This record gives sequence, structure tokens and C-alpha cells, in this order.
Amino acid sequence: MMEDLSNYPLELTGDNVPMVRFLKVTKRYGDLVVLDQLDLDVAEGEMVTIIGPSGSGKTTVLRMLMTLETINEGVIYVDGKPLTHMEKNGKLVPADRKYLRKARSQIGMCFQHFNLFPHMTALENCMEGPVQVLGMKKAEARERAEELLELVGMSDKRDQHPSRLSGGQQQRVAIARALAMRPKVMLFDEVTSALDPEVIGEVTNVIRSLVEKHNLTMLMVTHQMGFAKDISDRVCFFFDGKIEEQGAPEDLFGNPQKERTQQFLSAVKEAD
Amino acid sequence: MSYIEFLKEYGPRFWDGTLVTAGQFFLASALAIVIALIAGLMKLSRNGLIRGIAVVYIEIFRGTSLLVQLYWIFFVLPLFGLTLPKFTAGFVAVGMNLGAYGAELVRGGIQSVPKGQWEAAYALSMSPMRRMWRIILPQAFVNMLPPWGNLLIELLKNTALVALISVSDLMFEAKQINGSTFLSAQTFGTALIIYYVFARFIVTPFMRWLELVMRRKLGRA
Repeated sequence: MMEDLSNYPLELTGDNVPMVRFLKVTKRYGDLVVLDQLDLDVAEGEMVTIIGPSGSGKTTVLRMLMTLETINEGVIYVDGKPLTHMEKNGKLVPADRKYLRKARSQIGMCFQHFNLFPHMTALENCMEGPVQVLGMKKAEARERAEELLELVGMSDKRDQHPSRLSGGQQQRVAIARALAMRPKVMLFDEVTSALDPEVIGEVTNVIRSLVEKHNLTMLMVTHQMGFAKDISDRVCFFFDGKIEEQGAPEDLFGNPQKERTQQFLSAVKEAD
Repeated sequence: MSYIEFLKEYGPRFWDGTLVTAGQFFLASALAIVIALIAGLMKLSRNGLIRGIAVVYIEIFRGTSLLVQLYWIFFVLPLFGLTLPKFTAGFVAVGMNLGAYGAELVRGGIQSVPKGQWEAAYALSMSPMRRMWRIILPQAFVNMLPPWGNLLIELLKNTALVALISVSDLMFEAKQINGSTFLSAQTFGTALIIYYVFARFIVTPFMRWLELVMRRKLGRA
């Protein structure tokens, strides 16, 4: 059965159009509801962190935004335009592959396991998207890639293959690779979870500098509460496919209102 | 006749046969690789019809005897108006047969590339074609190389069957020499050694070298 999408706007207009809007988004795997009628706005330049127990749907939020997962109900908008859907004869219909490819180029993603291309050097990893997808000239793409590797502090390793790099170094290259596409929204999916404790700082420092110096819209899923508290504009606590509680980091961490949030935060604190 | 004298007398004919066998081997290998790549990719297609065509092809060429396929291509196709010279019919049959086996290696190799690589390429908005060509296949290729080494040795040995449609390869020459000299042990012994040397000292080292080069490119070696 086709979902009735007539209640969803073709595009978002007016003042204060959010960079990202989830509008009543539902994701199911069979009978299991992973996300239930999720509404979530992220303003331009905002850094939103998603926390919550595993299975709460937090990674799914990022994967849906990257269009790696389809959604069952609702519409996601990026920069006012539908991401998961497209307009056809004045109505919203599920986006086809071509539309998705164009739409998702506004979004960059870094993964838990980096997923660098092993047959390319750090520099080539960062040039691949601009050259192959954006059609940029090699010299220009190289310049951009070198700038970004400089930004993440990986200039000296630019000719190394990923297998020669530590996890922290690989993740920094992965951040540069995603930034090379000049996305409007950056997604960080547990980017420090696979790292040894002593190199986590080098990755969080890069993200911190992005927050401070660049007006990028970012969504981050993390287990590092201290880091989340430090750099987020807003923190969302997910539980059971819903946002249980959200707010400024000092409020959510300092004075959580809901019982589940309190339980989760104290459990995490004990584990630290 | 001593073995030395035997070689002096018939060496050139063994050499000529070996060159024909080498030609059969290289052409059949090239064909097998192309077919394997195409059929392997087709087998991974979302489109049921495309997948079906690949399955039928693989089933037919893997499920029936190479010798029968060779006879079909050489003796039966002319009845449908397609006549191939025997040299061509020889490597086409061997290449098509081994290509069917290779298709499974290609499919397996592609599927062995971690899901994260597909997702990373997807996240960069790469088109499916570019993703396959630039990201997945180069990695799949490295994973496939060891089994391809086996397959190519198999292919080399299978080229001996083309002697049965009178392609003057190594096996054909050996049979002729045996027919006129009746020195079976020397004749087929020599042929045996040549096949072995070809496989063991040319094909295998080449594949090892290729593996090393590719691994180095991946930064693994």
C-alpha cells in the first residue's frame, strides 16, 4: 500500500528552515519498529549529538539521513528539499536512484570502521569523490585534498595506504575524505568506538576544530559523554525508537528530567 | 634410439606443439576472464532476467563435458551456419567452459569485499558503475587471485582436448609422434613434462608475482 504523503510539504519555506528535518519518520525491520514517528530538526551550523542504549535506533537515524537505509513512513528534508522523496506531478513520491545520488551528495558520513579505500593512498582517498563524482580536475582535487589533510593533521602521511596508518589516522583521513565533497551536513557514526583509547583524542580534536571554526551542520552518534557534553549544541537521548529527552548538554547531563535518561547516564558513568 | 636422439629428432615438433598450446592457453584465458567478469557481474544483478541468463550459461558450461562442448562448437555449430576454424573453436570452447567456473570466483570475490566499502562509496555519491569499477573490483581482484591461479592451471591442462579436433597443439603432436615411432613412454613422458613445466614454472610464478604486486598496491605486503 502506498503511503499517503499529501500531508507532507513539497518543500520547506519561510524563515528558519532547518538544515535537516525528520518529519514523522518511521523505520521498521519486519515487525520491529526501530524508529517511531520521529520528528527531529537540526538547524544550520548546529551540532547535535545522539546518545542512547544500543538498539535505541540512534545509528539508524544517521544511516537514514545518508539514505543507506530506506524509511517506511514520513519524509526527511535537507536544506528545505525532500531527501527521501521527490516531486512528481505536484506530489511527493519515493525518490528514485538518480535523485537519491544527487540528494545525498549534500551529506557526508564517517563510519565507525573508517572504511577507507585500501587500494588508494590517503590523498587518493580524498580525491576520489571530487574527481569521480563531482567531475573536478585532478590538480584542483589534489589541492583541495591536500588542504583537508592539512586540516586533519595528516599531510605528512598523504602518500601512505590505509594499512600503514593507525586507526586514529585512518579516521582523520576519512573525515577529510568526507569533507572533500563539501557536504552541508556531516554525520559521525561512533567514529571513536573502534579506536584505541590513546588515539581517540586526535579524532575528537579534529571534530572539535570543525565545530569551532566551520559552520557545518553535524550529527554525531557517540558513547563518549564527556566529548558530547563539550562540543554539542544539543543532545538527544534516544530510547526505544523515540527521543526520550533532549536539550542543551549542560541541562541533559546536569539535570536530566526523565527517569530513563537518569538511569542511562548513571549506568554510563559507572562503566567509565 | 636414446632419449637425446629422440629429442633431437622430434624436439622441434614438440616445440611447435608447445607454441600452439601456449596460444590456446593465452587466448582461452583471456576469453575466460572476460566471460567470468561479465557472467559474475550478471549473477549479482538485481534484474532477475539478467541473473537468469548468467545462471543458465554457468549451468550449461559447468554441468556438461568440455569435450562435448568442444565438439558442439566445432561440429554442430556449422550446421546452424556458424563455422569456426579449428584453432578458434578450440580456445573458444575452453575459454567458455572455464569462464563459467571463473564467474563463480568473480561473484565470490565481489561478495568478499566488506560491506563498509560499498557504503563508503555510496556515501560519496558514486554511481553503481563507478563504485564497482573503482572501489569494489580492484579489491575483489586481489581476493580472487589465488583461486584464479588454480583455474588457469586447470585451463592449461584442458587445452589438451583441442587435439581431438586436430588443432596441432602439444598433445596432437605427441599423438602423431607416437603413431609413427611407437615410443610411447618417451613421447608422452616429454609431453607430461612440458605441461608440468608450463604450469609450475610459468603460470604459477606469474600468478604469485601478480598477487604480490596487487597486495603491494593495497599496501598489504
